[in-house]
Amino acid sequence: MTIALIVGIAVALGVGVAVGWGLPPHGRRARREAPRPVRSILLPFTGSAISRRALEAAVRLARVENAVIMPAFLARVPRHLPLDSPLPVQCMPGMALIEAIEQRASAQGVAVDSRIGRGRSFRDALRRLLKEEQFDRIIISATDNPYTGLSAEDLEWLLERVPAEVMILRPAATDERRISGEAVAGHF
Amino acid sequence: MSSSPGSDRSAVTELPTPGGAGSQRRGRLTIYLGMAAGVGKTYRMLEEGHAEQEAGRDVVIGLLETHRRADTARLAEGLPVVPRRRVTYRDTTLEEMDLPGVLARAPELCLIDELAHTNAPGTEHHKRYEDIEDVLAAGIDVLSTLNVQHLESLNDRVAEFSGIRVRETIPDAVLGMADEVVLIDVTPEALLDRLRAGKVYPPERIDAALNNFFRIENLAALREVALRQVAEEVEAKRLTTEVVGTREDSLDTAQAVSERLLALVEPYPGAQRLVRRAWRSARRLGGDLDLLWVRPPGEPSAEQERALRALRQLASVLGATLIVEESDERANTIARVAAERGTTYILMGRARPARGLARLRTPLPQRLMELLPGVDVRVVADRSRRADDQNENGPARERLT
Repeated sequence: MTIALIVGIAVALGVGVAVGWGLPPHGRRARREAPRPVRSILLPFTGSAISRRALEAAVRLARVENAVIMPAFLARVPRHLPLDSPLPVQCMPGMALIEAIEQRASAQGVAVDSRIGRGRSFRDALRRLLKEEQFDRIIISATDNPYTGLSAEDLEWLLERVPAEVMILRPAATDERRISGEAVAGHF
Repeated sequence: MSSSPGSDRSAVTELPTPGGAGSQRRGRLTIYLGMAAGVGKTYRMLEEGHAEQEAGRDVVIGLLETHRRADTARLAEGLPVVPRRRVTYRDTTLEEMDLPGVLARAPELCLIDELAHTNAPGTEHHKRYEDIEDVLAAGIDVLSTLNVQHLESLNDRVAEFSGIRVRETIPDAVLGMADEVVLIDVTPEALLDRLRAGKVYPPERIDAALNNFFRIENLAALREVALRQVAEEVEAKRLTTEVVGTREDSLDTAQAVSERLLALVEPYPGAQRLVRRAWRSARRLGGDLDLLWVRPPGEPSAEQERALRALRQLASVLGATLIVEESDERANTIARVAAERGTTYILMGRARPARGLARLRTPLPQRLMELLPGVDVRVVADRSRRADDQNENGPARERLT
């Protein structure tokens, strides 16, 4: 009787250990996993910094809509280089900024899937990106300096041609508050 | 002086060499390398020429481009010059270095400016560095000058950030042929001061130069390229000198001159972070980057295809190579690719938690260290998870610029 009890306890313990072994080791992670995002928000940028307002707007919307933010660095390929040329020098500040955006968005529980667009101009880079992938929403911060981003003509083109909801944030006094690669937490 | 180049060709190999007819000694080549015009390469070359002359050597100027710089012209005084020859091409008379004249003069040391220059049609060689090869073969030492953007392998990179493509390029092997490469370095700010003071170009060209090539960001980037190039040359020469043993030994060591990184990726959005980290490390080490996805047998899902396209685009823009291998033997496949590519570093993300019997297997990093002795394996932290933790414990650190 006693032996049968001991064997029974041992078997129960063995089954328990086996079941525990098979489970994911960090059970608490499971509850944190958000449902798979279904919508995508494109956040194109051209320089080494992005308006903080634009990023915050994208994060807010993404949380509400359970969407993934797709920050897209637009690079210009000089005329004398083939379109598929590597652009490591241009990419240096862009990569750091993507990292900073990803850290901030992830910290707020928003998924990020970044992209790089290449073209002869910023508009061309954006056009090629939009040709390859579908986005539900595009958030752009307007600027009055055509050298630092998409011009008024580019935005007009975007509104007319792109089959997605386009949100253009008008220039504001707080636009000098920008996020750059400097905001990367830790070593990058 | 005009010449008939075709008739001079045979003279190149028949002329006497310094040190006597029986001497087989090849001349030594010293290249003064700089980031741009105006850093002082020609000036330094002339100073060395004077020093050698004072030491009793027979020194001549084979070709000097003063670019109307008074200081340079003044420094050239006192050094004998082999006059240029005139070559007529399509009714235009051009002046070139007189290669047969230099060989006939047979000095101990010859100063030949602008190594990357392209000769006028009808001369012995298409490029000046080929003339210099003849001069060296005749046992004459040569001092020459070169700007870093004239190196073939760097031309595209320089064109990308400066927007200016240099037409006159030379193979990188020419720099490797030099016995000594001397970097002439000044800060971008000092070079711009020289330019504004009219020490580099005549006054009418200063504004154009400042608005185009001579911008501080261009110069800073060029300086980095020049410094890196010379560092690599020094490293390569050091290893060549230190290597003792069989040819196989020396080949093994030579492969370690430059770093080659291999990042293990999978097609999902988080992999891009690993690629960015690996690319930054590759840039710091001056090495090349390969990305490897060991794809399990079977067709990838639509989502994987999409993520793979994004990875491919990222790799292309960054100048990395994406390799996809189909296998269910992940560690062995990685080891094979690493060996084939000459990998010195492997970077990988945090592995997914193992389940069941998989927990008994040796983790991939350890397995790779066993399979690839001498290759560093680095596990890259997942910063998004750290951000999650910070979020739970308080607001994430915020830095605005």
